[in-house]
Amino acid sequence: MTIALPAAPQAAPRRQLFVATALACASAFMIIIGMVAMWMKFRAGAPTRDSADGLYVIKDWLPASITIPEVAANVMLTTFPVVALMAQWASYSAKRRDSQHRSLALAICAVLGIAVVNCQAAIYAQMEIGLADGAYQTMFYAITGAMLLLVVGGIAFSFVALFRSVGGREDDTDVVNSHALYWYFLTAAFTVLWFFVYVQK
Amino acid sequence: MTTIDNPVGASTQAQGFGSSFVIALGKWMTSSDHKKIGRLFIGCALFTAVSTSIIGAVFGLERMSPAQMDIFDGDAAIQLISLYRFDLVLGLLAPLFLGIALAIVPLQLGSRAIAFPRLAQLSFWSWLFGSLMVAIAIIGNGGPGGGQADLVDMYLLGVGLAAAGILAGSLSVATSVLTARAPGMTLDIVPAFSWGALVGSVASLLTLPVAIGTIIYLYVDHTHAKVAFGGNKAIDDHLGWVFGQPMTIVFVVIALGVLADIAPVTAGVRQPQRPVVLAGLGLVTTAVLGAATQSAHMLNWSGATSDTVKSAIPFLIFNGLPLLGIFVVIATSLLSLKFGSPKVSGAFAFASLGAFMILVGAAGNFVAHIQQANLAGTAFTEGVTVYFVFGGLLVGLGALAHWSPKLWGRVLDEKALLGLSALGLLGTIASSFPLFIAGFANQPADVVNGFDYDGPIALWNGLAGIGNVLILVTVIGFVALLLAAIRNGAQASDDPWNGHSLEWAIPSPAPLNNFEALAHVNSSEPVLDAKPSGKEVTV
Repeated sequence: MTIALPAAPQAAPRRQLFVATALACASAFMIIIGMVAMWMKFRAGAPTRDSADGLYVIKDWLPASITIPEVAANVMLTTFPVVALMAQWASYSAKRRDSQHRSLALAICAVLGIAVVNCQAAIYAQMEIGLADGAYQTMFYAITGAMLLLVVGGIAFSFVALFRSVGGREDDTDVVNSHALYWYFLTAAFTVLWFFVYVQK
Repeated sequence: MTTIDNPVGASTQAQGFGSSFVIALGKWMTSSDHKKIGRLFIGCALFTAVSTSIIGAVFGLERMSPAQMDIFDGDAAIQLISLYRFDLVLGLLAPLFLGIALAIVPLQLGSRAIAFPRLAQLSFWSWLFGSLMVAIAIIGNGGPGGGQADLVDMYLLGVGLAAAGILAGSLSVATSVLTARAPGMTLDIVPAFSWGALVGSVASLLTLPVAIGTIIYLYVDHTHAKVAFGGNKAIDDHLGWVFGQPMTIVFVVIALGVLADIAPVTAGVRQPQRPVVLAGLGLVTTAVLGAATQSAHMLNWSGATSDTVKSAIPFLIFNGLPLLGIFVVIATSLLSLKFGSPKVSGAFAFASLGAFMILVGAAGNFVAHIQQANLAGTAFTEGVTVYFVFGGLLVGLGALAHWSPKLWGRVLDEKALLGLSALGLLGTIASSFPLFIAGFANQPADVVNGFDYDGPIALWNGLAGIGNVLILVTVIGFVALLLAAIRNGAQASDDPWNGHSLEWAIPSPAPLNNFEALAHVNSSEPVLDAKPSGKEVTV
């Protein structure tokens, strides 16, 4: 026997990609938060020693020879909100079915995303530290590398959305909105990472 | 004009068994049908259950005489314990319920497919290859503490890949419940199992990434410096929380949803306290906070009152609330029996007995976090994990028996199921309760030899070994029953249990795209509502 139920009209789309992106962002945020928590735990647990004059207690976490290039880190911090703004512009344009501005905004997102990667590469180059040099160095590469991978994912997302936009997808608001949400997440995640890794060190 | 007649049957015969097997295998490997993906997960999880119970039985044998018996040397024992712990949680518990959720949730929601079916497919293959990598690494002496550095790297990658697979499947399930419900089905009227799947999936999405972050650190450190994380010996210190409590609690939420769904159907009534059931399922996931913080929150009353209160608050939140949630779900589920005329089915027996075992595990977890009990690091905590996992396994077998008409088009033999559920109960109690007692005698956890204490060591550990054998027999018996039903059993009717939710409104087994047309739903028991009309047309 098969039971009869009242038939329903075609369901309205429920922004499946947007919801999935939100969940994925929450998940990815937990990766960064978890890594930052471990960073703080190791930083707090780093051994201490007295300075040569006996006046200070030195925590052996960030080796004295390492200088973090703060300019590049701050440029990254300011770039992320700009990318998010451009992503929101793309979303606004998509809602208005303005394909030219949508494509332009998405292209700027992709280019600025590459600029962020360039900044990170500059930080690595200027710091001149090896992956295997010590605990701080290893953890620095691990946490910033994980963030870098998430940014590369954002750039790929921007390019996919851009290609779809250039290809004439007029009803692509779900993709463009999800793209904007992802860049908002990246902005938030980097802000957390910037404060704990680049400011508090 | 000459024509070439090439009937389909002839070509199939010409292909022979070998090629038709390859074609069937290819179809299974590439299928994006959520029911097939779910069954792949379930099949592999049951296989893991068999291998895990064999390892558990051998451990019991070894521990009977830890001073003399030497089945494994030191390194091999550590490796196998790592494999055992991985198998229990990420090899058995998580994929079993993820598989059931992938297969059943879209049917309950009135959806034609799971959200992102290719992602769901990727989740299975990612989990499978990750699990195989873990097994291969450990066999080659590459687990935590292993001597083969390359294989230790492989172990870390394998755990990460398996966790990523579970995450991908969880994303698919959670998105389905949030976006692919039938018209009119608001979140407050989704079936209890789907609600449990949503809550459990979101909990996984919030906790497993913390494990992945840890694995990134461990992998980078192990492949390069081996300074920050202490090399291969300290892997379990940083990653061990993934294979114990409260991670297991995160995964058993879906199991509790199974009982909450089956109990009212068994009683033949609507769930009288439905909002309480849903709230109870949500309450269990306070364990998420405990998992995300990666640390045990102990109650310590030896100091000043303010210190006791300070330790009691996180203790009660992280350990007390999950226990309360599990109790609420079981109590309200069983409450429905009081209002109906229950006819105990094999599926209900499995689900209710398994849920009780989960409750005992949660109570044990509560006790284990009391500082004055001195149970941290003892076999007691191992017993808690076994209670959760084997309790969950029993509920999972109940779920498979309940939804077998939709998954395989067959109803399993009820008498045999009842017998197997009793055997499974005995197996779960025997494999875990003696570890509780051994824990009070200070038997260390995750160690198989080189310990001693005053007491009948051989009895407790022998019983635990026998319990694992009983679980092995239960799982093999269940699979044999299922295979016999698939080969020789009669076709199941569409609604053999007088079900309440949408999956019972479609043919058995569920067709490829589940529903021919979308149904409008305005209650939590839409099929029960439709029954008095007596219409017999396909939805």
